[in-house]
Amino acid sequence: MTAASTTDLAPDAKIDTHKARQARIYGIVLIGLAVLVAAVFGYGSEGNATFGLSRPRDPWVIPNLVVPAASFNYIAAAVLAFLGVRQFMRGGSRWSTVSIAVGFALATAAFLVWATAGKSFSLTGMLSATVVAAVPIALGGLAGVLSERVAVVNIAIEGMLLAGAFTGALMGSLLGGWAGVLFAVLVGGLFGFILAALVVTYRMDQIIAGVVITLFVTGVTSYVSSQVFSEYRFLNNAPVFRAWKIPFLGDIPVIGPVLFNQNLFVYGALILVSVATYYLFHTRYGLRARSVGEHPRAADTLGINVYRTRYINVTLAGMVAGFGGAWFTLGSVGRFDENMTGGLGYIGLAAMIFGRWHPFGALMAALIFGFADSLQQKLAIVRTPIPSEFLAMAPYLATIVVVAGFVGRSRPPAADGKPYVKE
Amino acid sequence: MDVELRGITKRFGPVTANDNVNLTIRAGEVLGLLGENGAGKSTMMNILSGLYSPDEGEILIDGKRVDFEGPGDGIAAGIGMVHQHFMLVPVFTVAENVILGVEPTGMFDYLDLATARKQVRDINEKYGLQVNPDALIEDLPVGIQQRVEILKVLFRSAEVLILDEPTAVLTPQEVEDFFGIVKSLRDAGKAIVFITHKLHEILEISDRINVLRGGRITGEGDPKSMTENQLAEMMVGRPVSFDVDKGPFKPGETLLDVKNLMVLNENDETAVENVSFHVRSGEVVGIAGVQGNGQSELIEALTGLAHAAGGKIDFLGRDITNVSVRERHRMGMAHVPEDRHKSGMISNFTIYENMVLNTYYEDRFSSGPAIKWPDVLKTAAQYAVDFDVRTPSVYLKAGNLSGGNQQKMVVARELERETKLVIASQPTRGLDVGSIEYIHSRLMGARDEGDGVIIVSSELDEIMALSDRVLVMYDGKIVAEFDATAGPLDKNAIGLAMAGVTA
Repeated sequence: MTAASTTDLAPDAKIDTHKARQARIYGIVLIGLAVLVAAVFGYGSEGNATFGLSRPRDPWVIPNLVVPAASFNYIAAAVLAFLGVRQFMRGGSRWSTVSIAVGFALATAAFLVWATAGKSFSLTGMLSATVVAAVPIALGGLAGVLSERVAVVNIAIEGMLLAGAFTGALMGSLLGGWAGVLFAVLVGGLFGFILAALVVTYRMDQIIAGVVITLFVTGVTSYVSSQVFSEYRFLNNAPVFRAWKIPFLGDIPVIGPVLFNQNLFVYGALILVSVATYYLFHTRYGLRARSVGEHPRAADTLGINVYRTRYINVTLAGMVAGFGGAWFTLGSVGRFDENMTGGLGYIGLAAMIFGRWHPFGALMAALIFGFADSLQQKLAIVRTPIPSEFLAMAPYLATIVVVAGFVGRSRPPAADGKPYVKE
Repeated sequence: MDVELRGITKRFGPVTANDNVNLTIRAGEVLGLLGENGAGKSTMMNILSGLYSPDEGEILIDGKRVDFEGPGDGIAAGIGMVHQHFMLVPVFTVAENVILGVEPTGMFDYLDLATARKQVRDINEKYGLQVNPDALIEDLPVGIQQRVEILKVLFRSAEVLILDEPTAVLTPQEVEDFFGIVKSLRDAGKAIVFITHKLHEILEISDRINVLRGGRITGEGDPKSMTENQLAEMMVGRPVSFDVDKGPFKPGETLLDVKNLMVLNENDETAVENVSFHVRSGEVVGIAGVQGNGQSELIEALTGLAHAAGGKIDFLGRDITNVSVRERHRMGMAHVPEDRHKSGMISNFTIYENMVLNTYYEDRFSSGPAIKWPDVLKTAAQYAVDFDVRTPSVYLKAGNLSGGNQQKMVVARELERETKLVIASQPTRGLDVGSIEYIHSRLMGARDEGDGVIIVSSELDEIMALSDRVLVMYDGKIVAEFDATAGPLDKNAIGLAMAGVTA
């Protein structure tokens, strides 16, 4: 036996890893943000930014947060620059993702401080609106998690939300709010069942099946709302679920109004996310569902019914999306408008990916998108130098940044999107 | 528990996979089931485990007739199958995989993983399996994954264990450990069915042997009194020679020179680390190693399918580190990929289309943008005859050929042109003995004509039969080199090197 390699070893062979490249890109982004924050938000700010935390009538009033705008933003810029340089020096260390996340949070804070410099702005109000705006996204994302965990790609979430919104408005108008929610859930479940039938039993392409359902729902609801609802207005005049304040908890400053003084849909979303997490990760049927999404053949050899598991989970996903859809009508305006979901179902899918196919991950991601949405609404009121049309792009921009930049290699269920054919 | 199969017949369309098969499985005994791929071994075992139902015949357990309706029924009756391709969820832990389908639960369907872990540990101790119940499957070596499969069937109180080609993915040392486990299971009174096409293994482990060919039992025997040659003849149906004909070793100039090659895998981890070797004209270099030790990435870098992260590849005196795949082909590099379905051929294309995938652009098959189909057809038909591709017509889809004929088609495409270096990765995986003999002889023919040949195989016997020089890869590095021309190769030493034990 002879020694393996007689040639001399290259001592530090340069290996260009993805991580190193990614770290450099993150570094450039962070330094770019530092420059932006310093030059625009720091230089352009005067006076103090006042953030309201309590309302005068609250039982416990805590003072407003007053931030000297220019100094805050210069400090933020300095921290960003430090993080950026550190990315270059240290390469792909495990803090990369944390750095970029902190960086974006800082830049957002700096933007907020700049926009409110010399004015006053209710932070608690915006956070509360964030949670509300996150509801349909979180529920859409949760619907995505439930169906993709059993390997069914669910592009139909947008359609299911729309169906839920429409049914909620119609049945809510006829039979009252609770009936509206019930029927929205049932109709969402029906479309989930149809999707399952198309892709599981008939092995239709999952993307096409999802698009077909969304197009169908869009067409039907638009037709009915423009032809019927405009004639018979009483069909589209549903009661709205008001906020229920939870005693005591609702009085806690900041947290109270944000989490414990909301309507049915916010509580429902939080409960559903918790229940789904328990179901997927701590129960027998959750384990089976996940095995179907990862390795359906293995599940089949162990006597787990792959097709039935997919039917059940995709139908449940549809019901969750139907509930989320009812938020648009019964949870906010009480009436249905054409296409009122505005692509939030797709943002829900992005939240699912960003949240790594985990219910809580999807919720956290939805909160980020919800924040972007509520930010643009509040800032449109505060009057910033940026036209409101641009601000309205915020949630979609956040989607692009998040999906392109952060997601990286989060790993979908192994069998995601693949039909299962029994031998 | 004794199991008897009586007159089992199973047809798939016009194909009869099992033809009136009778088989007896007894407790406390290892039954060796020998047969080539396509002989009907797997079909029979799938019938026994309830995955298929037989068209004729019956299954008796302890003398009583049973009827299986689905995969759950076999295991419920105490018959557990360890599949050749592991049925494990990679992102689950050992315990989660073991309990899947028969989970211990508490209130609100709560998954009782603590109990599961304890139960897994108990079985571990009883049979000496030594598997950590909390390890993730994807982090475990295949040898341990296999034990998880065994744990799975034991957890379901199986009395009969069917092991389908269990040693295909193991190193020689892992095979020894594995045989130890099989013996302890047998001594505990389990009935074992050991399916394989490897002759020496079946002689070593079985108490009784049944040979299957063309869906029928063609022989039975006692391993103590049988030889490999007798078994091989029963399996193939004619006398088989295990020796490969090759001319005298006359190495020429160096064709391929690899220096400090580094290759990263798709997860950015180093798959090939600082590998240096050369291949001379008229020489077969065998690369041995357990699958997943960087062989695939090494071959991908040599053939231009993967980017070399560092180092240098010289071919015919030219630096080809960053040269395109087509240019490498033109220079005389032939590549038989490890997975013919994934990268060796296009199943939905016809045989004649597949035959010219690497040469269609040459003047002999193209004029301007048009392909000269008559010429392609004529040449492809000739190739098929030359390389013994058995097909009624070259118009047939490649996917309809048998595995052996598909591989001969790929080999024909790669060798039927001016070649200097032939890189063959797992060239005979899953093929019948006849095809293996034929492909080996063509590869040796290329060597005797003065080509350099690289053979990557996880079958140590194949490497030892063909190579003039053996390199062993372990964990991305070449850890040992053996010269076959200086004397017979030491199988044990190669096996140790494959397991990462360096002398």
